[in-house]
Amino acid sequence: MHLETKPESEFQAPKASLTQQSGSIAGVRAFRPLTPGRLVFICVMLLVALFVAVVIALRMGTFPISIRQIVLTLFNGAIGRRAEIPSDYWLVVFGLRLPRIALGILVGAALSTAGAGYQALLRNPLADPYVLGVSSGAALGAIISLIVAPRVPGLIQVAAFVGAVATIAIVYFLGRRGGQLDSGTLLLGGIVTASFLSAVIMFLMTTLSGRDLRGMSFWLMGDLATPPSVNMGWLYFLLAIGVGTIFGTAADLNLILTGEQEARHLGVNVNRVKLVVYLAASILTGLAVSVSGAIGFLGLLVPHVMRMMFGTDYRVLIPTSAIGGAILIVLADTLARTVVAPTELPVGAMTAIAGAPLFIYLMRRRVR
Amino acid sequence: MSAVAGSSGIARAAAQVAEPRLKVEQASFAYAATDKSAPKFTLGPITFEAQKHELIAILGPNASGKSTLLGLLAGMYAPLAGRIALDGTEISKLDPRVRAQRIALVQQESELLFPLRVWEYVLQGRYPYGRRLRFESEEDCLMAGNALAQVGADALRDRWMDQLSGGEKQRVILARALAQQPLLLLLDEPTQHLDIGGKVELLRRLRKLTAERRYTVLVVTHELNLAAEFSDRIVLLHKGKCLRAGTPEEVYDRAALEEVFEAPLEVEMRANGRPRVTVRGSEQG
Repeated sequence: MHLETKPESEFQAPKASLTQQSGSIAGVRAFRPLTPGRLVFICVMLLVALFVAVVIALRMGTFPISIRQIVLTLFNGAIGRRAEIPSDYWLVVFGLRLPRIALGILVGAALSTAGAGYQALLRNPLADPYVLGVSSGAALGAIISLIVAPRVPGLIQVAAFVGAVATIAIVYFLGRRGGQLDSGTLLLGGIVTASFLSAVIMFLMTTLSGRDLRGMSFWLMGDLATPPSVNMGWLYFLLAIGVGTIFGTAADLNLILTGEQEARHLGVNVNRVKLVVYLAASILTGLAVSVSGAIGFLGLLVPHVMRMMFGTDYRVLIPTSAIGGAILIVLADTLARTVVAPTELPVGAMTAIAGAPLFIYLMRRRVR
Repeated sequence: MSAVAGSSGIARAAAQVAEPRLKVEQASFAYAATDKSAPKFTLGPITFEAQKHELIAILGPNASGKSTLLGLLAGMYAPLAGRIALDGTEISKLDPRVRAQRIALVQQESELLFPLRVWEYVLQGRYPYGRRLRFESEEDCLMAGNALAQVGADALRDRWMDQLSGGEKQRVILARALAQQPLLLLLDEPTQHLDIGGKVELLRRLRKLTAERRYTVLVVTHELNLAAEFSDRIVLLHKGKCLRAGTPEEVYDRAALEEVFEAPLEVEMRANGRPRVTVRGSEQG
């Protein structure tokens, strides 16, 4: 009801006042705000890179298949001419490698977006679902659901989400000192929580070794070798909701990162934004962990690489982190499958090898 | 001034014309550790008014309630009793975005987590005017450029925020507030980290902006003499109470100042009608 335009008009004639000072017109051009066009361009470029990564991942492996055959198989598969495809190619591409890649894309996008979300939420550039123990909490939730009710479809995702939500709440309160969120205390709280939860997971896995709970290394390190028991479309739907929700708050997150009080004064509903991002990032973490275990450091690695490439604006960071996370995990899993073939490494080992040094580098740079 | 708000419609037209820009009537506030415990700190009741083109200084020792009053004026919390109205509308009832279009607050800025350019920082002031994802329009850029020009920080546009000097940073923060196109500009100890040259420059600039533009400016400060020199009116707080409010001449009473600041002070009236405060010298004991 009080939205009418303000009466006085000195601001309404900016051009006149600008021409009075030489250089000011050029000055306005020096503002380079993000445009939707540039955002779409960046995303399309990254999607092309993702496609290249997918083709590479399809190409690599013990069964030899040429790029030409892959493209032909994909094309014929896409237009529904299955009869044109030799059956062994069909099996390798659509039966084995592509589902694993699709799972990787899901997990990589979810964990990277969740990491970027937690970093804004906790105002801490080192936040990551794995480092904070959220992944372990989600894994524990998933394991408990497998023990209690192994045959209820979708329960494992819900349980992993609950585990993630509970863990981040605990870590948040551990990280407070004198009513303020303290960066170092928060990370310490997360790391301690993570190792405690890992110990509980190991205890459960050892005492209940007879049951069908997947392996210990799956839950603690994560891998993409086991196809999920739930429909992939449903998982992708959850991914879209999680990423879309955080993307929708990107402009608010930019201001919250500059300062919570200041964001409030600029009209951001800080509490609501934080609650929304908290839930969405926890959904994404729970989703990823329920199908791939606790893959580490993606949420740290990918947003930082994307910041270096495209800047710190969350309107760019969220979509590029989602696609970048997908690219990184597809390549990492390809390495994990092939470096010591025919044995496979868990993909979490690959991401930890890259991620842990980056974590140390970022931590030291902050301390300096 | 054309009436902006006139929310009731019952108010007489004459009263609306006379309605001040900012009207604080018997406003009070209290902090408590929990809902049930006795309040630790109470503010008010406070009453004062501010007109368009006025620069008001809020003075008082530490813990006298200056920041609480500023929080009330910024709409961060609602007064427990009384009323704080901007152009006739209660500030605490404004939608956050509408409030941010009318009131800007300049505080000591938080530490930046990731580096930002000056132009990106100033564009943040346009947030209350944007849509969902808030892609900034050409108008936003013009307004932000204008705001930078108003504080004389045009040349800083492409610098990184963390590479600015204290005075430069203060100007950029002020520019972001101006980019909000506020009616009410609140500043929380803006002179704190500036040298005397920077302090005078900032207050001159605020004085000039108040005279030329439509702002009403309220400054919380510890600088008694600069406040006397540059402000139209002064609100003197002491232990959560508004001890005096009026022109510098009216407020700067030796006994009152000595009571509030607990120091031996001397107040002399200068030729330009503005008082000057000095510490009573040691030669007198």
